[in-house]
Amino acid sequence: MIRLSWLQFRAQAVTAAAALSAAAVILAATSPHRGVNAGFYHWLYMAGIMVLYLTPAMIGSFWGAPLISRELEAGTYRLAWTQSVTRTRWLAVKLGLGCLVSIATAGLLSLMITWWGSPIDQLNDSRLSPLTFGARDLTPVGYAAFAFALGVTIGLLLRRAVPAIAVTLAAFAAVQVAVPLAVRPYLIPPVRTVSPLTTSNITGTGDGGPGAPGVGGQPGPNLALGAKVDIPGAWVYSVQFTLPGGSTNLGPEPQACISGSGNACDTALARLHLRQVVTYQPASRYWAFQFAETGLYLLLALLLTGFCIWRVKLRS
Amino acid sequence: MGGVIEASGLGKAYRRTWALRDCTLAVPEGHVVGLVGPNGAGKTTLLQLAAGLIAPTRGTITVLGDRPAAGPAQLARVGFVAQDTPVYTRMTVADHLRLGAWLNPGWDDSLARRRTGQLGLDPKQRAGSLSGGQRAQLALTLALAKRPELLLLDEPVASLDPLARREFLRMLMEAVAEHGTSVVLSSHLVADLERVCDYLIVLVASKIRVAGEVSDLLAAHRRLSGPRRDPDTLPAGQDVIEESHTDKQTSLLVRTSEPVHDPAWAVTPVSLEDLVLAYMNPANEIPARKPQLGLVS
Repeated sequence: MIRLSWLQFRAQAVTAAAALSAAAVILAATSPHRGVNAGFYHWLYMAGIMVLYLTPAMIGSFWGAPLISRELEAGTYRLAWTQSVTRTRWLAVKLGLGCLVSIATAGLLSLMITWWGSPIDQLNDSRLSPLTFGARDLTPVGYAAFAFALGVTIGLLLRRAVPAIAVTLAAFAAVQVAVPLAVRPYLIPPVRTVSPLTTSNITGTGDGGPGAPGVGGQPGPNLALGAKVDIPGAWVYSVQFTLPGGSTNLGPEPQACISGSGNACDTALARLHLRQVVTYQPASRYWAFQFAETGLYLLLALLLTGFCIWRVKLRS
Repeated sequence: MGGVIEASGLGKAYRRTWALRDCTLAVPEGHVVGLVGPNGAGKTTLLQLAAGLIAPTRGTITVLGDRPAAGPAQLARVGFVAQDTPVYTRMTVADHLRLGAWLNPGWDDSLARRRTGQLGLDPKQRAGSLSGGQRAQLALTLALAKRPELLLLDEPVASLDPLARREFLRMLMEAVAEHGTSVVLSSHLVADLERVCDYLIVLVASKIRVAGEVSDLLAAHRRLSGPRRDPDTLPAGQDVIEESHTDKQTSLLVRTSEPVHDPAWAVTPVSLEDLVLAYMNPANEIPARKPQLGLVS
């Protein structure tokens, strides 16, 4: 069964190998300049991130979705399921082999692009930022395994290849948008620090506007602040300012900041003894996040695989 | 015992419509069984149930004494040629033979090579570019080289031209005679099967109308023609399958185990085609069947 699966999946594996070789050549040729974050090299850096996001989507829709749906559509499953191999084994081997090739493809590509982009990542200190995080190290492997299993599942349910490709693409894109927004921030509880706000860190002040909650629940003008957060490589969820008592209601903007000089404003602000509350994930949690998110996607892939096998066993 | 297919109360529903219902039958070993019925009668459903491609909604079916597709050993004992003989269009003829060898422990490679050689199939040709007849032959080769004890063929000749049809059936019969395989093949035309099958099952509107050995069936049916007469006046033991009347004449197709002695009738034997057509006609009400023919209601 493994030999048959390989015979049927060989073309895809060869395509993947060719694409990986091409990527390797491009990245190796441009590697002397890989620390340059400008012009063509900046574009290439961004292109690498794009490619790593697109690869799992392509794997899911063009390898996963047609894998079973094409057999159901063309009727060849009737040939395959009446050989001396149970259909569960047939599916398990096809899924397993496809998943392995998908993981290898995404893994190797991620390895190359992560290496190429690492000097710029260091420069930007941006490994935890939502954009780069999903295109570095392990996460593309989890995405690829999940996308493949998702494609196979959708193909099995829709039984037709072309709709399965389209639906897989849409479903995977939805998951890829939903996870960084609604799942990743909660994988590990964030750190919350409260520190005195030094006036030198303040980048600006303003009027919070009538929409901001004022004294006694009355809407009224309120002090709004902007300040630098100096935590290297952190993924900052939120920055809040409070009075020493803990209230986020800072009262009206001091008159000195509206009409007075910069120094007068600073003095007025210093008198408030403001505190800065930062909620964030420190850069040191990068690998914890990598493992958690990759693990989550691999678990989902496993669940989908289990569902496919159960479904084929019970079919019709 | 010794039944290759035994079904009891077997039914299969797709959503709310029954593709097959209340099917009880016992196909004995060593026969070439013709499964005849109009399109949509449930032939494919019955064969797919026997091959284990689908699971019954009601009742039970055993094939060679075991649940269909129960495991690799059971799968190895049953060969199946599906309707429209699906093949992998992008794989070559040689790839298909390799597939057969990889997936079947009992694979008879010399048989497979000999057959493809006889058929003049180019091993390097892609299956997608084969003619309908060649594709059917390739599918049959795969099923035969697996060396099954039972071979199920779903409308194997429906898409073939008359010459390819004859050739396909001839090769099937040769192989069957050589290995003593039991065969069930379906068709909506009895003419396709007349020459090859010695056991017949007629399936109409998802129910079995008649089943039995062809020689028994032919021996048990007579056409009676004579002056116009009410069929209810026939003696017991003569069941009317089909009747037609003109102003003066009555023609009946009856099932009887006794010779017909009534001198008013001209008694003639029935051809298999007439017999099947009479049973296939939904307007005919079939009287209760007789147990000695192995016909179970």
